[in-house]
Amino acid sequence: MSAFHEEVQKIRERYPEGSRSASLQALRLAQEKHGYLSREAFEETADALEVTPAFCYSVATFYDMFNLDPIGTHTIEICTNLPCGLCGAQKVVEAFEEALGVKAGETTEDGNVTLRAVECLGGCGYATVVAVDHRYRHNVKPEDVAEIVEALGG
Amino acid sequence: MAEPITTLLGGTEDHDLTKIAEYRAVGGYGAGLERARAMSSDELIDELQKATLRGRGGAGFPMGRKASLIDRKSAKPKYLVVNADESEPGAFKDRQVMATVPHRLIEGCLIAAHAIESSDVFIYIRGEYLTEYEILAAAVEEARKAKLLGGVEITVHRGAGAYICGEETALLESLEGKRGQPRPRPPFPPIQGLYMAPTQINNVCTIATVPLILDMGAEEFAKTGVPSSPGTAIFSVSGNVVRPGNYELPLGTPMRTLIYDYAGGIADGRELKCVIPGGSSVPALTPDQIDVPLDYDSLGAIGTFFGAASLIVVDDRCCMVQLALRSTKFYMHESCGKCTPCRVGTRWMVQILESVEAGTATRADLDLLENVGDNILGKVLCALGEFAVYPVDSYLRKWRAEFEAHVDGGGCPFHGESSLEGILAPSDMHAHTPVAQEALV
Repeated sequence: MSAFHEEVQKIRERYPEGSRSASLQALRLAQEKHGYLSREAFEETADALEVTPAFCYSVATFYDMFNLDPIGTHTIEICTNLPCGLCGAQKVVEAFEEALGVKAGETTEDGNVTLRAVECLGGCGYATVVAVDHRYRHNVKPEDVAEIVEALGG
Repeated sequence: MAEPITTLLGGTEDHDLTKIAEYRAVGGYGAGLERARAMSSDELIDELQKATLRGRGGAGFPMGRKASLIDRKSAKPKYLVVNADESEPGAFKDRQVMATVPHRLIEGCLIAAHAIESSDVFIYIRGEYLTEYEILAAAVEEARKAKLLGGVEITVHRGAGAYICGEETALLESLEGKRGQPRPRPPFPPIQGLYMAPTQINNVCTIATVPLILDMGAEEFAKTGVPSSPGTAIFSVSGNVVRPGNYELPLGTPMRTLIYDYAGGIADGRELKCVIPGGSSVPALTPDQIDVPLDYDSLGAIGTFFGAASLIVVDDRCCMVQLALRSTKFYMHESCGKCTPCRVGTRWMVQILESVEAGTATRADLDLLENVGDNILGKVLCALGEFAVYPVDSYLRKWRAEFEAHVDGGGCPFHGESSLEGILAPSDMHAHTPVAQEALV
């Protein structure tokens, strides 16, 4: 038994027998292990959950946090919904695009950083909110971008 | 013993209430919880009904009444599900509750579970709230070690990024490990919810308010706020104000007081243009409407909603067509695709709004936009489709001249100077360049 398989069984124990409730957690673990949800990752998850890979794929495609393609080592996700947008989020997007040399939705050529615009992150009072490797940075201004990008190396 | 705490965020000024010892020092897991556990399920539900605690998630349904609808005679287990999928643009209050008073939420879970004779609680937290998940999960562990859970199992379940999972039946589907697509109702969750068993679903702020009711007593609790909406609420204020943030105030506080006294008024010396009072999904208000008291019925009386108690304040630099377009792109992106009017209608609305902004639309297109909205309202399984329509319909009605100026003038009258000019939406990111495999090795 792989460590992955055992961990998924532990998660499953928390939910009623036969339920698929562990699927999101299992897919998240598989994504952490494989870097993204490759065919192999789906098959491994399906095995551990005792469901079909097709079921896992259908679930994964519904949720924004699952990556179906390889992504960078780091992620920078900028909220561009209304509250952040009203407070200058577009300028922050443009500053990141310039600093990284890619457009939002793309990954730097060296595979270090994936840049994305995302929907509301729930930090509307602290615009602009930027999630760097899933940790929120509040009140980000274009002048903060260089420091954030530099800290990610690459 | 100190006076009982009477507000949701009470005690956080001088205590780190993420620590169980400090939470207990301010009366947490104390007399209120003991009182609740000494009551029968019926007595506790009565007490909650007396408090008239209205759901803070959006619909405003009284929490005690919801508990009374649970099919307690069912042979199946009863479940309590806490909706911590806060995703409404403008809302960031549940996040603060989980990050600063996680034990108040846990204590609320224990009391509410006792009311519906449940020993199984699931807290569904949106996947993006990683730090808050860690804090909450650690707090649950602390409470378990301190043997405070009393046989109740609390599981913090992480979502994976989908606005629709804040809708209660979509949340249940997601919690069951499936795509988060809403279910037809009936059956309603109190009869057949999670795993087809009786299920109570409440927002984070609703459940975290429950311990206050037991500490104070329902009668005392009901003295704050207004009779139809007692208590305090945390209001999230964002957008073009001097001091955006969360403010906990009695229900019924005038909107003007919140915006001008607490949030410091409009930033950068600009003029107020509109307020979207309940998160981005509700009809907007014009500046002459902001003396409205912030409670469910008063906001309902002027044609909008209390919603998620989240005010997005918009100043005069914003183009209303761009506001409508960015809002609609969000709902289009988040539509689960199950109901055709929502799946197709939101996309159609985006296309019309894009042509209005570009100056290629006609006045007939504005009527068409209204018509598409009319054909979503009431024709979908859940509220998401309606959330796309309500705000846009209000912008169209109240700022019609601005929409017409786009049409008649052949483009945006803000000439590139709107605060939302060029704002990118995730649905615009067509470019996607997967990294070459070798770059990852």
